[in-house]
Amino acid sequence: MALLEVKDLRTSFFTDAGVVNAVNGVTFQLDSGKVLGIVGESGSGKSVTAYSIMQILSDNGKIVGGSIKYDGQELVGAPESFMKKIRGNKISIIFQDPMTSLNPTYTIGHQLVEAILLHTNRTKDEAQERALEMLKLVNVNEPAKRLKQYPFELSGGMRQRVMIAMALACEPDILIADEPTTALDVTIQAQILELMTDLQKKLGMAIIMITHDLGVIAQMCDEVIVMYAGSICEQGTADEIFYNPRHEYTKGLMRSIPTAKTVGERLRPITGTPIDLLNMPKGCAFAPRCDCALKVCTMEAPKPLNINKDHRATCWLNVKKAFEDGILTEYSTEINSPRIEDQIEAAGKGEPENGGEQA
Amino acid sequence: MTDNGNTRPLVEVHNLKEYFDINMGLFKTRPLKAVDDVSFSIKRGETLGLVGESGCGKTTVGRTLLHLYKPTGGEIYYDGQIIKTKRDIKMLRGKTAMVFQDPYSSLNPRMTVSDIIGEPLDVHKLCKTKAERTERILELMGHVGLNSEHASRYAHEFSGGQRQRIGIARALAVAPEFIVCDEPVSALDVSIQAQVINMFDELQEKLGLTYLFIAHDLLVVRHISDRIAVMYLGKMVELADASEIYDHPLHPYSKALMSAVPLPDPNAARANKRIQLTGDIPSPLNAPSGCPFRTRCPYATKACEESMPEFKEVSANHFVACHRVEEINS
Repeated sequence: MALLEVKDLRTSFFTDAGVVNAVNGVTFQLDSGKVLGIVGESGSGKSVTAYSIMQILSDNGKIVGGSIKYDGQELVGAPESFMKKIRGNKISIIFQDPMTSLNPTYTIGHQLVEAILLHTNRTKDEAQERALEMLKLVNVNEPAKRLKQYPFELSGGMRQRVMIAMALACEPDILIADEPTTALDVTIQAQILELMTDLQKKLGMAIIMITHDLGVIAQMCDEVIVMYAGSICEQGTADEIFYNPRHEYTKGLMRSIPTAKTVGERLRPITGTPIDLLNMPKGCAFAPRCDCALKVCTMEAPKPLNINKDHRATCWLNVKKAFEDGILTEYSTEINSPRIEDQIEAAGKGEPENGGEQA
Repeated sequence: MTDNGNTRPLVEVHNLKEYFDINMGLFKTRPLKAVDDVSFSIKRGETLGLVGESGCGKTTVGRTLLHLYKPTGGEIYYDGQIIKTKRDIKMLRGKTAMVFQDPYSSLNPRMTVSDIIGEPLDVHKLCKTKAERTERILELMGHVGLNSEHASRYAHEFSGGQRQRIGIARALAVAPEFIVCDEPVSALDVSIQAQVINMFDELQEKLGLTYLFIAHDLLVVRHISDRIAVMYLGKMVELADASEIYDHPLHPYSKALMSAVPLPDPNAARANKRIQLTGDIPSPLNAPSGCPFRTRCPYATKACEESMPEFKEVSANHFVACHRVEEINS
């Protein structure tokens, strides 16, 4: 059994301008000790997915469907008292901005001890000791001195280390890192990523790494989810996603990054503007920006299809290719024909090992 | 970039210094050396990339260059002419422009797009008639891929990428030769970032622009720049051709910086031997003596503590400020 199982998660925000479906049927699993990356642009729903797991959505946000199972226990609809035991103890989160996520009016030590006392049965002295131990673990220099300092006295990288120390104080099974290094400089980012990798190996926890930076993903993650407009475009092992992308959005993202090969050439960006979640197109959300969009793309949303056992993508082009390669049969040109869906479903679920095709 | 040594650089900076006075309590101030003794030049049509971490003074260099801050010391030459008097500065402002990082706070929310783009035209009295002004605004919007129907809208109606286009159109209004681009794509999503980078490239080709491109994203800087300068704590530590500085960085800080870039390729990322720097960047108020990098440098010796190394040319067009550059790289 997977440590965390998210199935068809749907989260919406009820705003004055209308309902925003920020997460639209997200399904994934996380095994213990693995690093899962979620990558996507602003508004793709990657952070909302994380907040839904922790159930720390803002007041107008609500999980409207699906299930989140931690260690077999259902979290959607679970009482707040139960969630309090999960948060911080079993699943912890660190946020992008280490300045605003620490309270400026309390010392680092006070905040660390508070978190430890809240989640464990330690006495105050033991909690103090644990706080010191945690600061040592995240390689903060002069840890005893830091405990008495306020957040403003620490640099950005140091603050993020404190946040990590706080998140790990109760030895969670899962650490969710929401853009943990976006606000940091590259050399400091390298230090923090290295630290997270070390701690992950040492403590054996699983990490969900949320970022827009494909470089961070490539460096850290075993598995990757690519999100666009609240849905998963593609998910699979890092090698599959980077070397065999099967969704036009993923391909576009990869082409958009300047590399050694693009020096002296024009980049090939994704055209168009980011999606407006209040005006979602019919069919595939990416179709209006997709260079290869078929007629069906603008009419009906695609379903996920297994490319191989390590890779799943949600794009009509894969369905088309599967038909052409003879993996799917009985092609129906009628767009609303349920048979296509059935077949995708069948191809997706049945015999994933030989159901995949390469090339 | 071809090296025609006899052409005069468009922008030349000698020993530029910019110190800010920081209040340290009643009547006491201390200088913060944001930029300390920086020299470089930019040729016409060239893009000079300026990289470094937050607080290293790269933005201050850009702003001081355009006399948005009065330099504490040093000389700035534009097209061979020293910029000193008010008249010089006015001339400079008519030929240069700036694109800012944040497309949200750099556009006035109360002004329509045509007013935003038209403002520099009015300030510099570039259009004689109203019709000419309108025509020029539409032309500028065309340059950056905006439609005429966008002219009467307000900035909040646009996405980040489109707002940055408006900011670029405004910068182009004075028909500048030289543009300081201060982190112009940092706030944008990857796919939009690529669109804007391409636009900078195209505009440079079309209008013959010269850029100082300030950014912290090293992959973006390498893509767009002909040469790259690396700054650390107010000092320039290395300057060379873009490919040279990536493939053969000589300064220990540049080496660490280049190796810290997360590569969007799992195999390359696994093979990448990162040079881990310990510690944090010191505060510019308490800059270390001698070489500013010595507190984090794995090669630092006594000499580095005592004096700031000279910024010297170690090979053709490759400048480095390091006492031990020969030993480290041999």
